Amino acid sequence: MIDKERVEYIAKLAKININDQESEFLSSQLSKIIDYIDKLKEVDTKGIKPLRSLSTGQPLMREDKAKNNLAKDDILKNAPACLDSFFKIPRVIK
Amino acid sequence: MTNNLIIKPAYLIAKDIKDKKNSQGEVYSFFEKRISQHNASLNAFVDLYKNNFDNQSNSNLTGVPIAIKDNICIKGKKITCASKILKYYQAVYDATVIKKLKSSGLSLIGTTNMDEFAFGSSTENSCYGPTKNPWDKTRVVGGSSGGSAAAVSARLVPFALGSDTGGSIRQPASFCGVVGLKPTYGRVSRYGLVAFGSSLDQIGPITTNIKDCAYLLNIISGFDQNDSTSAKVADPDFTKSLGQDVASLRIGLPKEYFDQDLNSEIKETLDQAIIFFKKKNIQFKKISLPHTQYSVPTYYIIASSEASSNLQRFDGIRYGYRAKADDLWQIYQKSRSQGFGDEAKRRVFLGTYSLSSGYYDAYYLKALKVRRLIKNDFDQAFKEVDAILTPTTPTAAFKIGEKIKDPLSMYLSDIYTISSNLAGIPAVSLPCGFTKDNLPLGMQLIAKDYDEATLIKLGDAFQQDTDFHKKIPELKNV
Repeated sequence: MIDKERVEYIAKLAKININDQESEFLSSQLSKIIDYIDKLKEVDTKGIKPLRSLSTGQPLMREDKAKNNLAKDDILKNAPACLDSFFKIPRVIK
Repeated sequence: MTNNLIIKPAYLIAKDIKDKKNSQGEVYSFFEKRISQHNASLNAFVDLYKNNFDNQSNSNLTGVPIAIKDNICIKGKKITCASKILKYYQAVYDATVIKKLKSSGLSLIGTTNMDEFAFGSSTENSCYGPTKNPWDKTRVVGGSSGGSAAAVSARLVPFALGSDTGGSIRQPASFCGVVGLKPTYGRVSRYGLVAFGSSLDQIGPITTNIKDCAYLLNIISGFDQNDSTSAKVADPDFTKSLGQDVASLRIGLPKEYFDQDLNSEIKETLDQAIIFFKKKNIQFKKISLPHTQYSVPTYYIIASSEASSNLQRFDGIRYGYRAKADDLWQIYQKSRSQGFGDEAKRRVFLGTYSLSSGYYDAYYLKALKVRRLIKNDFDQAFKEVDAILTPTTPTAAFKIGEKIKDPLSMYLSDIYTISSNLAGIPAVSLPCGFTKDNLPLGMQLIAKDYDEATLIKLGDAFQQDTDFHKKIPELKNV
């Protein structure tokens, strides 16, 4: 069961605004999903190592060498607001 | 002459181009025209490229048009993941698979519809509206690679790329009567694929037949240093598995998939496939994958957790939709609230919940442990068999609107495909029959890590002597 308060707390963590109606709706939907997921509690996982990665062996490293990467202008084309070669955001220091 | 382009496999279309029986331009215009006739009623494509052919390089697929799912980056093109938040995003680099397609001389013809960020099993969660199933336009195409599957099924394009996190290639392939293969995790580079569940995602081919699948897999496979999870393994020539003898291969039938709940029409078509393979001297063995019933809950925790983390990058600052707001905090919150669709929000909430302090051990960590048990089940099974045969989906394509309001029932439509993503192993869906309403059905074959070759061998043996994959939905001209 995920109550409305918990939903509103998650909304804050996820940085997604929701109104009263949405939080009620999400609370009922997520509760149903979590009820189903709670089935996992019946599995005995004592002593089982969590499977964090499917990759076997050592993680592969790249040589630490500068490469021609993405073009700055191309990247800035996608920015909602920019100034010269910077992303522009509202003032944060008052 | 060009009419038989509809029934010709991609590798033979390429051969005709090489033999100068057709030109790249003629082939391209043929499919462009088919798209212009039928896309309005199917909604499979979301972006189309004009005159994007004239490839110089020489491979055995040179000049064949291909469609790309709208979550794989093509430099300079709009890549939106069928989301509102990326509606105007232009990719700044080519995904590794796109580089490989380009250097092999394939003609990228356009991008295809999908569920927003690949969250869904019906292509209804798209900012472009749902794709319609070419076999019955009142039904879904499956998802999330639904646009790719529909385009290939309707022969609007010879083949396409999709991505598969929990069945997103195989389930729509099954619903549309085409072949869809999810390679082993690490076989195909994920560089340039917009991330959903990074430990589960794989790009793979959607084709009309298994031979084209082998040819296309040859091109897109391979180690890539831009993807740290890409595997340094040998890449066999998958076309060498075509036309091979399959006698003495062993196929497992997991009892958990063939229980009393299995749809009777699907069971009958699978029984026919089993009889077919037995005639080829394949041995069948009953096996057990005891943790099967836990794969959907395990998946929804892991996939949503990874999704909630991956989707943090959409903050309205560097790219994507930015809502009007006076301070930074409000920009984040409003852009995300207005920019994400309902299912994306649901997944982010579920993931954030599973990862949040106090719940992490009970949900996320628990799911990782059960994931290990699911993988162990497969490791055990592959000691006795070379492949596993199962249904791809619990039903044929359902009606548009039927499940969209009930997320849990939608999640359960991936019940047979999800385990292979959790275990990282390759799996393919092949057309194997039709319901009495003439809707396609698929069977799934699963193999051990890096053994796509066995899937291709079995698939080719099946398609040599059956013609389910040759059936084409009737489309009325619009």
